[in-house]
Amino acid sequence: MTTNGSNSTPKPLWLLAELTYRCPLQCPYCSNPLDMAKYADELSTEDWFRVFREARAMGAVQLGLSGGEALVRKDLEELIAEAHRLGFYTNLLTSGIGMDERRIRAFKEAGLDHIQISFQASGAELNDFIAGNDSFQHKLEMARLVKQYDYPMVLCFVLHRHNTGEVAQILDMAHALQADYVELATTQYYGWAMLNRDQLLPTREQVRQAEAVAHEYQERLKGQMKIFYVVPDYHEERPKACMSGWGAIFLTVAPDGTALPCHAAGSLPGLSFPNVREHDLDWIWNDSPDFNRFRGDGWMKEPCRSCDEKTKDYGGCRCQAYLLTGDPANADPVCSKSPHHAELRRQVQITTEQPAQLEAPLIFRNMRNSKRHIGLPETDAAPTRHVDRTIVTG
Amino acid sequence: MSTEIEPTSVPRIRTQFRLQWEEAQGCHVLLYPEGMVKLNGPAGEILKRCDGERSIDGIVADLETQFAEAPSLRDDVYTFLSTAHDNQWIQFDA
Repeated sequence: MTTNGSNSTPKPLWLLAELTYRCPLQCPYCSNPLDMAKYADELSTEDWFRVFREARAMGAVQLGLSGGEALVRKDLEELIAEAHRLGFYTNLLTSGIGMDERRIRAFKEAGLDHIQISFQASGAELNDFIAGNDSFQHKLEMARLVKQYDYPMVLCFVLHRHNTGEVAQILDMAHALQADYVELATTQYYGWAMLNRDQLLPTREQVRQAEAVAHEYQERLKGQMKIFYVVPDYHEERPKACMSGWGAIFLTVAPDGTALPCHAAGSLPGLSFPNVREHDLDWIWNDSPDFNRFRGDGWMKEPCRSCDEKTKDYGGCRCQAYLLTGDPANADPVCSKSPHHAELRRQVQITTEQPAQLEAPLIFRNMRNSKRHIGLPETDAAPTRHVDRTIVTG
Repeated sequence: MSTEIEPTSVPRIRTQFRLQWEEAQGCHVLLYPEGMVKLNGPAGEILKRCDGERSIDGIVADLETQFAEAPSLRDDVYTFLSTAHDNQWIQFDA
């Protein structure tokens, strides 16, 4: 978002509808919560229509249809049509698995504005290993169809230790597919990614090289392909302005109707988060205690409270502060002013400088592993996928 | 990139963008994948007329009829369209 509506009451300009946590892919850096198996009671089509209507009335204009894999929802075409009718700019964020030409055409007719396809790498071997299935060729086909049907083409690549070295190949591939925008999205360490952090965190040298390559391509392809590259915040000295501030412009609704200020906030302790089945969005956004918990700067402790950059970065990310310090009201330890910064530095150094000693299998994102995580019986009888190969890093 | 803007050029909003009036914002906005540009009054009025049919001269004439009191209107239109083109919001068909 270019704007943050800071001159008036905050409005949920961005509604992220996580339609389902079901997904045919198993990416070990998935941003879905580890306890996603608890969210199986999904909102109905009518529930989503109401959420869209209420959000739109409050000024929401960008709608992200996401998951899990949104394509799993059989009513996706209907949801798109209703969102379009309400005046949303509709974004489908997808792996492409579950899509075919018939559906791409149906989405277009329903008024879908944009399809973003995520890739795991620039080649089939690494892509399919990370995704946990043979999806690369199908993704390529879908990307070509997205172009053919005249959608703006946005490709998203989540970067981590195993593919950060192939940024040039990634951008060559995106350019060959005639992408309009490419997001080189750095892995954010929450949920599944946090669980696999030691296997995913890139080295400082990898990050430096990737950044140089991205900048070179940005210059060279100016006017043809926009490249967004965000530096991994673990290697930074100042935190990201996470979500443009808590309850400032983002509203996420999880598959079961839980409303969140960001898709990772469900893991924070001491917050229960309201559900759209029990409350209207207006109350949730404006009046619920949870959406007001970290709004503004009244909640801040030192060093944030007296920091002259607090209106710029809002103290960083609440979830990261919690995951790394145990208290979500602390400064994000990415900030060099944080008393926990040195410890994060030390962890990053150990993890990235001695990766050989930390070799452990990646824990793939699937319902079986989620149930194991929350101590539910694993009713899924499918055999465990054996990871019997070593990833060749670039 | 460096297209010369001629009075006969016909600007059109690029297909990646959608212009719409947002009641909650009280202004026109330009929407694109996962993003939004809030437009001020004049910018909204100019872009509204970038329909792929009217030339820049036509747009200026139309604006002059509606906003007769506005000074330096022609210059403002050229300046804004040049910015809009640099930002790749519009393309010129002629």
